[in-house]
Amino acid sequence: MDRFLETFFNATVMARYLPDILHGVGVTVLLAVAIILAGVAAGLVLACLRTARLRWLNFLIICYADVGRALPPLVVILLFYFGLPNIGITLSGPMVLFVVLSATLAAFAEEIFWAGFTSLPRGQWEAGRATGLGSLQVLVWIALPQAVRLAVPPLVNRALAITKMTALGSVIGVSEILSAATTAQSFSGSASPLTLGALAYLAIFVPFVIFARWLESRFAWKKA
Amino acid sequence: MDLFLDQFFNLDVMARALPFLLQGLWMTAKICAAVILLGLVGGFFLALGCLSPRRWLRWPAVVVTDFFRALPPLVLLIFVYSGLPFAGIQVSPFAAVVIAFFLNNSSYYGEVYRAGIESIPRGQWEAARSTGLTQAQTIGYVILPQAVRNVLPDLLSNTIEVVKLTSLASVVSLGELLYSANMARSLTYNASPIMLAALIYLVLLWPLVRLVSRFQRGLAA
Repeated sequence: MDRFLETFFNATVMARYLPDILHGVGVTVLLAVAIILAGVAAGLVLACLRTARLRWLNFLIICYADVGRALPPLVVILLFYFGLPNIGITLSGPMVLFVVLSATLAAFAEEIFWAGFTSLPRGQWEAGRATGLGSLQVLVWIALPQAVRLAVPPLVNRALAITKMTALGSVIGVSEILSAATTAQSFSGSASPLTLGALAYLAIFVPFVIFARWLESRFAWKKA
Repeated sequence: MDLFLDQFFNLDVMARALPFLLQGLWMTAKICAAVILLGLVGGFFLALGCLSPRRWLRWPAVVVTDFFRALPPLVLLIFVYSGLPFAGIQVSPFAAVVIAFFLNNSSYYGEVYRAGIESIPRGQWEAARSTGLTQAQTIGYVILPQAVRNVLPDLLSNTIEVVKLTSLASVVSLGELLYSANMARSLTYNASPIMLAALIYLVLLWPLVRLVSRFQRGLAA
């Protein structure tokens, strides 16, 4: 037991590397916020464009959403990080991470918002138009508020899953929590920095998970 | 444009990397099989725990579920792979991947099952019990078949996530699809092998992704 504590909860080692991990927390939180804002906004715009029902545009949006949902983000991250410099486009590690993860979130968000739009009865669109509102007005004032409400629980879960992937940044040298923790682990020869890193992730994401759980129960209750 | 094609769609490089990638794909399939099976079983018991009327069973199950939902899978994998040896437990990359993703996915599958079981009205439990079925029979014959059918889209979409998740195994140098592709990239100085891996993932997962969307639309109608 002592040996276990010494290995995984060594206080001196933890204290020494705490500043590094905290710096990593800053990077992770910043990236997560940027990814959520950009991804959800882009997904919402795509879903709204899809309501215009232009055949060629919808085809492109559906392809994008499918590819974004089918490809593992790490594959795209490696492709961008190692492939693009060969054709003269060099993006920094954090930039690649931001672009790839927000694009992935956008693909999922588009599908979630679109599912919200399609769950509204057609009659609402027609009734809105019949009272003299323009298509855009029906979209903004009638469809959107209802679709967004339906989208919130799945969107929170998806955003949580994707922001957790900021840990993939450690593979391409982004100085977020995991990479700070593994660096500290190899310098100190102790597993304690890994524990500290895991605790940092839990501190960020557990409130998020509990919030998602609360939202879900509220949502389920309303449906009954 | 030529440069782009040469760097990302170099057929020559792709052809040379293909056998290597197919080997990786076989490893990916093995990881998927292990993680999906273990996750489905683990998730089922976790869901039963989360729904148990006994508090000493319910709270630990909920805490475990939330713990593994909050921890990024890669962090868990690194912890198992490079943390456990410090405690004197050596694990092979394959075992590390399976353990880490099993823990991670049991929570996700568990949440899906829980939603499914909760969608079955309470009266069915009571009716089944009053006809003389035991608790286990009630779950096995009455509740589970209906619950699984209700959450089939979510089970499917989580399974897609498992397949995508296996790409993280490349980080602990387990020779699965992405690892093989990345090795081929570093040997050829060309991104085409990763492009090929991406195409393989697309071919495998696109039909499933389409199916999930179809399900969602069906639900709305």
